[in-house]
Amino acid sequence: MSAPVITVTRAAIGYEGRAVLRDVSLTVTSGEVVAVLGANGSGKSTLTRAVLGLVPLSSGSVELFDQPARRFRQWHRIGYVPQRLGAGGGVPATVGEVVAAGRLARRGILRPPGRADRRAVATALAAVGLADRTGDPVSTLSGGQQQRVLIARALAGEPELLILDEPTAGVDAASQAAFAGALQEFVAGGGTVLLVAHELGPLRPLISRAVVVHAGGIAHDGPVPEPAGHHADPDHDHVHPHGPNEPAGLWSA
Amino acid sequence: MELFQYPYMQRALVGALIIGLAAPALGIYLVQRRLALIGDGVGHVALTGVGAGLLLNRSPVLVAVIVASLGAITIELVRARGRTSGDLALALLFYGGIAGGVMLVGLSDSTSASLNAYLFGSLSTITPTDLTTIAVLGAAILVTMLALRPALFAICHDEEYARVSGLPVRALNLLLAVATAVTVTIAMRAVGVLLISALMVVPVAAAQQVTRGFRSTMTAAMTLGLFAAGSGVYVAANADTAPGASVVLMAIASFAVVALAGVGWRTLRRRRVAAADPSAVEPHEVVLSQS
Repeated sequence: MSAPVITVTRAAIGYEGRAVLRDVSLTVTSGEVVAVLGANGSGKSTLTRAVLGLVPLSSGSVELFDQPARRFRQWHRIGYVPQRLGAGGGVPATVGEVVAAGRLARRGILRPPGRADRRAVATALAAVGLADRTGDPVSTLSGGQQQRVLIARALAGEPELLILDEPTAGVDAASQAAFAGALQEFVAGGGTVLLVAHELGPLRPLISRAVVVHAGGIAHDGPVPEPAGHHADPDHDHVHPHGPNEPAGLWSA
Repeated sequence: MELFQYPYMQRALVGALIIGLAAPALGIYLVQRRLALIGDGVGHVALTGVGAGLLLNRSPVLVAVIVASLGAITIELVRARGRTSGDLALALLFYGGIAGGVMLVGLSDSTSASLNAYLFGSLSTITPTDLTTIAVLGAAILVTMLALRPALFAICHDEEYARVSGLPVRALNLLLAVATAVTVTIAMRAVGVLLISALMVVPVAAAQQVTRGFRSTMTAAMTLGLFAAGSGVYVAANADTAPGASVVLMAIASFAVVALAGVGWRTLRRRRVAAADPSAVEPHEVVLSQS
């Protein structure tokens, strides 16, 4: 159970010349549940986006499942849960349709969905407690329920590694609990998790290791730091987790 | 109905029906991506192709397909690269396209009537060869849009997630761009460059007033497109109006009818959802006491 799943070696990342991460190394091995903590703007989301290849590295390297990220093609082994559902344009989509997109990595683009796909979608929706909402438009769900749809989409692909970007920010209590339950089930099945969080809340008991990103580097790598100390940090920039969503860009999907 | 005994009217009807079916099947992805007016832009570029075709004495539709595809690919590359300079680059392409078209048509020996045929459509002058082109390309668009629906839905709904799913996002985006160009070019004969976007967008806008999912929206939009095309040509033949404009007005009329019906339907639904699901209206303060 100690095969490396994610290996980040001396990674540096910058946007338009401004360095966000300077020298970050991180290894996540199979079966671990690693929380990436840090203040808003510390670069913790950037780190996960770099692991996924969504943000280019200016130096250093990323390996996924022992393969250089550049050559990595087994995307069905990874489930990604973004911070929030994109605005998604004006066309309605049902919960089931959004979750079914999670099967594409496994199925490929040409094969039509089969029975295994439908079963995986139903199982994933049941795991997050939304089985009865399959046919509803996602836009009619609350923010927390939409977040659960996103984890269901990732789970539907039956991944080995889940990467979650602030999954519980702005999520109501019922959804946080459902979320923690689904994650626990995933971990119990041998899954590996890399999770960006501002506050751990009900996910805290699941975390096996915490990494704190601070000032472009990793300030702590070990047990979950005490919340009192973390919150007492003078650099801790507490942003209310229920703030309004960012407006979607004109060209963003 | 007597008019439809004439072969040219039959060709007009069949051509319009094919386009009425294919245009919304593609348009739904553009609407989802908030690129509803892209068809308009590509249409402007296609006009340069028409002008070049007339000037070089080649098939205007064929040259327009090529020029519009190049234009659509350029637009897609601009879109994918950056956000800030995108709209200016698009504006340059659009106005360059229409100015180039008007100039090239003027340089050729064609009359202003032939420019009008492309600007506003000219269903009744469709030749059997034209109809074959429309049928083959229209069928190709339909099959592609239906067969690749899960993948195209994924890239239009959440492009970043599609990338992490290992989908060939760039290839699919380029496919969508070329499909837009092809649809615009075949629809040009029916409704004209200036009204093309209407057939791609209006049936989708109408359908989504009452539908709940992507698939049902697509089916309803294609049905409405088919209806608008058929009834538009029928009205045009009987009232002797411009077919392109009639088709578009029928589409807009169906939008108005569906939107009105949708208002009542949604009011009912909202009441039902609020009553059935109290967690949807749960106050957010609940979380604060826990964190």
